[in-house]
Amino acid sequence: MGIAFSFAAVIALIVLAFFGVAVLNLQILFGVIIPYAAFLAFIVGFVLKVVKWGRSPVPFRIPTTGGQGYSFSWIKQNKLDSPPNGLWVIGRMLLEVLVFRSLFRNTKSELNSGKLVHGSEKFLWFFGLIFHWSFLIVLVRHFRFFMVNVPLPIKIMEALDSFFQVGVPLVYITDLTLLLGVTYLFIRRVLMPQIRFISLPADYFPLLLIIAVAASGILMRYFIRVDIVGVKQVTMGLVSLHPTAPSSIGSIFYIHLFLVSVLFAYFPFSKLMHMGGVFMSPTRNLANNSRMVRHVNPWNYPVHVHTYSEYEDEFREKMIKAGLPVEKEQ
Amino acid sequence: MAKIPKPEQLSKIDLKPKKHWSQFPIDIRPGMYCHGAKGKDLKTLELPNARDWSPAEVDWKLPEDWKQTVLDGIKQRLERYRSFHIFMDVCVRCGACADKCHFFLGSGDSRNMPVVRAEILRSVYRHYFTPAGKLFGKYAGARELTLDVLKEWWYYFYQCTECRRCSLFCPYGIDQAEITIMGRELMNLLGLNIGWITGPAANCYMKGNHLGLEPHTIKSSIEFFLSDIEDITGIKIEPTFNRKGAEILFVTPSGDLFADPGTYTAMGYLMLFHELGLDYTWSTYASEGGNFGFFTSMEMAKRLNSKIYAEAKRLGVKWILGGECGHMWRVLHQYMDTFNGPADFLEQPVSPITGTKFENAKATKMVHIVEFTADLIKNGKLKLDPSRNDDLIVTYHDSCNTTRGMGFMEEPRYVIKSVCNHFHEMPEDTIREQTFCCGSGSGLNASEDMELRMRGGFPRANAVKHVRDKHGVNMLANICAIDRATLPPLMDYWVPGVRVTGTHELVANALVMKGEKERETNLRAEPLPGKGGE
Repeated sequence: MGIAFSFAAVIALIVLAFFGVAVLNLQILFGVIIPYAAFLAFIVGFVLKVVKWGRSPVPFRIPTTGGQGYSFSWIKQNKLDSPPNGLWVIGRMLLEVLVFRSLFRNTKSELNSGKLVHGSEKFLWFFGLIFHWSFLIVLVRHFRFFMVNVPLPIKIMEALDSFFQVGVPLVYITDLTLLLGVTYLFIRRVLMPQIRFISLPADYFPLLLIIAVAASGILMRYFIRVDIVGVKQVTMGLVSLHPTAPSSIGSIFYIHLFLVSVLFAYFPFSKLMHMGGVFMSPTRNLANNSRMVRHVNPWNYPVHVHTYSEYEDEFREKMIKAGLPVEKEQ
Repeated sequence: MAKIPKPEQLSKIDLKPKKHWSQFPIDIRPGMYCHGAKGKDLKTLELPNARDWSPAEVDWKLPEDWKQTVLDGIKQRLERYRSFHIFMDVCVRCGACADKCHFFLGSGDSRNMPVVRAEILRSVYRHYFTPAGKLFGKYAGARELTLDVLKEWWYYFYQCTECRRCSLFCPYGIDQAEITIMGRELMNLLGLNIGWITGPAANCYMKGNHLGLEPHTIKSSIEFFLSDIEDITGIKIEPTFNRKGAEILFVTPSGDLFADPGTYTAMGYLMLFHELGLDYTWSTYASEGGNFGFFTSMEMAKRLNSKIYAEAKRLGVKWILGGECGHMWRVLHQYMDTFNGPADFLEQPVSPITGTKFENAKATKMVHIVEFTADLIKNGKLKLDPSRNDDLIVTYHDSCNTTRGMGFMEEPRYVIKSVCNHFHEMPEDTIREQTFCCGSGSGLNASEDMELRMRGGFPRANAVKHVRDKHGVNMLANICAIDRATLPPLMDYWVPGVRVTGTHELVANALVMKGEKERETNLRAEPLPGKGGE
């Protein structure tokens, strides 16, 4: 159900944009209004979600320790996986966010004639990493469209990204790796039963949407040429708040822009918020020092306890008889 | 009681589901769940909806407005716990956790994948608390809260041992233990706990320990050990109870006072402390290190935990020493100071024997017995004869809570290797931070759910079997009272011939005490290696 539904939804989005631009000439809607609305939805939605998370306190210090904690000087500790202080937490978080360290641990467990066998499984980590980094680089490369003069770092990035000097225009490596990564993520979700049968439409949809975004971008750059000057007019118009939407660019551009807009607008309301959540996860971003440093729960409240005197009142006779010391003799 | 299938049948597990998890019907199957909480225990604990009930009946005797209670409960927890709030939102269902759970590996039941155990609650969260869920319903993975969903929650939140193995592998650190804790808190708003948790918790609340041992019984249990120790070593030990002015308060799980092989561990403590001449006392009021309140709600955990500091204050001790236990140490390490601290009436723990300052316990002021002993051994303060353990080929089972909730991994290994000559590790993917649960933690160590326990313990047993076949391992060491209670039946079922021991039993066997007679037997009254006996 999920795959067909999500596939149909993405196709519908493409048709909608094409119909809107090519037939109804709604360039302003698809080139100005929707991109602005989507960007606004993204920023506001993202901030609100993060603020909402931030408002929930962290009552307890609950890092998941993945290695030996702070102990005697003669016991080797694993400061990254069991960080003794904030500095090492930063290290743990950097590795988590930049290279997906937890996913790197991934194993695969299989039953082999009644015996469980555990082995390393790095595919998800590898393709996940490729996908996320490629996406980031592709996104940053797009900043050339939003600036009058292309800054040097972006030029360097482009030069490195087209290092192999193949094709006209030069093929960007990340265009291909982005598509490769996201396709792997989609295929494993369809083919592996353990993944397929936990998947929701909300899992297939963003993958297919990103595939469509990447494919439309690639089509536009390498196959269906668009009026690049017109494109830059639109993008510069958007950032300078003097929007314009020429009809001469070609529908594929508006399809690409619309899909990107949908992705932005969808982001804060979906699992894609893992981008923000990963930084705030209490099992990762806290030091394992709770026996050394007191952690305060802001909503700690007094509770009803059974006191020693209540206990002694109940058992006094038995205690005295057994020769146990008591506070009161009667 | 439900019959447990034979190991050959039970190990036929299909780890490849054939349809979406939501399409499998809920089958609350005998052998896979514990009895419902008893009304009298719920009442003692002042928990809502106190009444007797049975999960096997259709009518769970819920309050009229149970649905609103649950939804309000979810809202309150979202506002109180960032962990819960984020974990409800950010899962991408990558499936990395799926085959990390011992219950999934032992059952093949989709809902035992950590991701699905979370989804059963998350789907309801989406329906009532997120725009996407309200707008797109099932297409956003949202479900209404119905009685069937509630029963599904109950069944599967009591098929999770809060071991956190999934959280180690999750790229966002989503911790199913945290979600199960919240889920069980919600269950407890409706009086839907299990008897095996509320019974011990109620005992602990009123009598100071899970087993409900009254003060004089604690004393007599320990006196019973003392006479055994005297038989074996010729040494008479006289511990003290509830003694004011002692330097150290010793708190350990009550399970070790009650049943083998935990009792041998308790004897080990007594012998070690005597040999050191330690100025310490037992308490009959704070006579429980473990905390079944932790399996009920954070509030209940705090209420039971409060006794430890309260008693330390009343007795005027300087610091607290804690025995071998798993979840006990997660609570002590990650929660106690926050719950019931600051312990400013205590001093930073210093070993009176070695002078070592326990830097790592300077706020909580509670030291783990294994780190205490490791320090003694490192400083050469114990005379040890490891050859007394030469009949044992030992492996070590890391407790989930001490490894993944504390980072306590090398200390027990150092101690065990110092007192045993034959030690072999289980495969890498099954120890230390990747350790597999005993399958019976978090209050699931009842007898009516034995099939669940044998299934959950399958990955652990499988790893033990590997070292039994490869190295002839015959003893499974641990630092957890629940392990000592639950691993023996697990071994008998899956890996016959492997026995279970606490670490301080091994220490006490190797410990050469001043003035002891020549030992003929170990603490189990079995002939020592080379002493024949026959």
